[in-house]
Amino acid sequence: MPRFADHQKTLIIAAFLVLLSLVCWMLEPKFMSPDSIGLVLKYAGLYGIIALGVSFVIITGGIDLSIGSWIGFSAVLLPVLVTGNQLHPSLAVAAILVLSAAAGTGHGLLVTKLKLQPFLVTLCGLFIYRGFARVVSGGREQMLPESLQWMQSSLVSGRPIAALPVPAVFFLLLVISAVAAIFLNKTVWGRHMLAAGRNEQAARFSGVNTNAVRILSFVICSVLAGLAGILFLAETKSAQGSSFGSFFELWAIAGAVLGGCSMRGGQCSIAGVLLGSLMVADIRQGVLFVVDDNWKEVILGLFVLGGVIADEFMSRWLARRK
Amino acid sequence: MIPLLSARGLHKHFIGVHALQNVSAEFFAGEVVAVMGENGAGKSTLMKCLAGVHEPDEGVIEWEGKEVRVDTTRKAEALGIAFIHQELNLCDNLTIAENVFLGREPRRAGIFVDGPAMQRRTAELLKRVGLHVPPGERVDRLSIGRRQLVEIARALSQQARLVIMDEPTSSLTKAETDILFGVVRDLKAAGVCVVFISHRIPEVMVIADSVMVLKDGKNSGGLTRAEMSPERIVSLMVGRDLDLKQRRPASTTQGNVLLSARALRTAMWPAHEVSFDLRAGEITGMAGLVGAGRSEIARALFGIDRPVSGSVTVHGQTLIPGNPRAAIRAGIVFAPEDRKEQGVILEMAISENIALPGLNRMARAGFVNDRAVNAQADAMRQQLSIRTTDISKSTGQLSGGNQQKVALAKWLALRPSVFLLDEPTRGVDVGSKREIYEVIESLAAQGAAVLVISSDLEEILRLSDRVLVMHEGRLAGELPNARLSEESIMNLATGRAAA
Repeated sequence: MPRFADHQKTLIIAAFLVLLSLVCWMLEPKFMSPDSIGLVLKYAGLYGIIALGVSFVIITGGIDLSIGSWIGFSAVLLPVLVTGNQLHPSLAVAAILVLSAAAGTGHGLLVTKLKLQPFLVTLCGLFIYRGFARVVSGGREQMLPESLQWMQSSLVSGRPIAALPVPAVFFLLLVISAVAAIFLNKTVWGRHMLAAGRNEQAARFSGVNTNAVRILSFVICSVLAGLAGILFLAETKSAQGSSFGSFFELWAIAGAVLGGCSMRGGQCSIAGVLLGSLMVADIRQGVLFVVDDNWKEVILGLFVLGGVIADEFMSRWLARRK
Repeated sequence: MIPLLSARGLHKHFIGVHALQNVSAEFFAGEVVAVMGENGAGKSTLMKCLAGVHEPDEGVIEWEGKEVRVDTTRKAEALGIAFIHQELNLCDNLTIAENVFLGREPRRAGIFVDGPAMQRRTAELLKRVGLHVPPGERVDRLSIGRRQLVEIARALSQQARLVIMDEPTSSLTKAETDILFGVVRDLKAAGVCVVFISHRIPEVMVIADSVMVLKDGKNSGGLTRAEMSPERIVSLMVGRDLDLKQRRPASTTQGNVLLSARALRTAMWPAHEVSFDLRAGEITGMAGLVGAGRSEIARALFGIDRPVSGSVTVHGQTLIPGNPRAAIRAGIVFAPEDRKEQGVILEMAISENIALPGLNRMARAGFVNDRAVNAQADAMRQQLSIRTTDISKSTGQLSGGNQQKVALAKWLALRPSVFLLDEPTRGVDVGSKREIYEVIESLAAQGAAVLVISSDLEEILRLSDRVLVMHEGRLAGELPNARLSEESIMNLATGRAAA
């Protein structure tokens, strides 16, 4: 089926994002206040990092449901390592990222070598890592260690450029997006990943190591989830193993889908995912100001549904025109 | 006597192919008719037109002398025509009874399936087809042969008067075939007409009352029981109207052996070992009927499938089995039969497809040099005359012939020494076909070893220096250039002769 060229789709998403922001602004002028913009961008930054991660898995035709649990696990593990075990903070962060890579490798191996479905593998991950989070935290709330308090302002909510209401985490997202875009579009591994996502069989017939790129996509996703866990902890200062990060994977997937990723794989643009994450944050904030916070899941669900339906109709329309 | 079914002047076009050209047929009640012909002769298309799977573009179909329109399978079923596909149409996870009455379940009170009645009626039908298995057995526990009998039971449950079978014996054992033929004789005795496609001349000689032969989408002739002989059948299948195809002169020098396959056994035909060599500068044709195991050999050579046993040696080095990347490194490349799913990635740009296998060579420190990618694609476009204005267009927008050129182009830059080409011109227009032939010949002239797997005998004759003929997983024989003819190949491919 013919699909849009990625850049056309990205433009449509960008236009829609602007329209949405304008409508929110008209309904509630406070929406465009510096504070509000800062909040939207902070959410976009935090959720955008995991949306980017899950996009890599979606590109290769998979899904990762374990992100939220992994965020919870890494968020409680950091205080446990630093405060409880007197580990140097930088070593603790490195350990968490290495552990994340190992978890991603595990998902990838189960999917490629045992041919299990990504949905099931990561669903089990969702339960197991949530359990780990409760076990290592001993059921107690874990606090961001004193030695890491600087992270909150330097990496998440502080404004690197005082004149702009843009929080640090959004800049971090921009940097990660740039690296991701270069990786995906300019490197051999990225091209192989796109090829394998579009048609795994043909890619294998062309000598692409399709198993390796699928494993890599899970590794990227889990590492970004581990990083996000640390950032979410820095933002909220404390984490409960039983609930921290719950359902975050669904917000991430919603961002990726609103950004134009096809769950069939092979179609995803990093710019699109960035815009999709902004849209998710926009919708959250808009609902908070204009409707009522309790409605946010309903409204987001309707937006994603609408986006998918619009994509389908546009594709059919393009197919007819050919 | 009025024929049960007669067809006159049937035409059927598919994109770029005139599959049926003025084909006529008559089938009588109580008759067993074998429909024969080479691959691509139009047999399956004709059967599908009679069974309502396809609607013919032109022509008349009459049922008991009255003109009918059979444009859906439902209409065909209502008339009494049952069609048994080659790849059987059963739901594996249902029971025999559920399959037999699928969509026509006996009901109670209008909504509930009447299980006992279904079981009872299925048991009666199974007895008629000689299948002694409980009707509640799940279909996936049955052998292919028994599933075939379940299909026939389903046909009987529809009171079919004309049963069409597409290569019913292709995956049956000898014993299963005998059972099937027993059922066919019973059907015949009950006045049912059985029409079946077969490639196996010995079987046809045993069971058929008459033979109808198609060639290149046209009637090639028919034989009554009295006229039937293996020689006459082959001569009708091959035809005498061959216009002179320009054959390339056989290479006179014997090149070095570049690839040797030894005692290769594939999962499809694990009982048979296949061994052969491919030599530098030589085009080796591989002929055989569909299902003879040719593609499986190529897939094993290229490492897409791991062979059950055996070894592949290239330039004297044994390949790691089941690893396409190792095969490519050793200089083997493969253009698979299924171009759209395996040969190219339709959604990707032409230039990206061409670059994909050699992306590492066009990268520095892992970063792809897009200028090199585009330059290479441009060079290939000129070398293979890929007809497009823009190499950044998606490959799916090209015609079949040009897609095939892309599927070849992506390998050329790697300068491999062994080319495995599976049906290199299937679904390709005549002009592109000639161009692809020229490319294949120039590859051999430059010293590559080329294996061309093809079901198109003219293509095999046109290109090959020698031909390997496969029959049911075995290498039935090897024909040197001097002994190549359609007859010699077909005799080996149908298992009539050993070389």
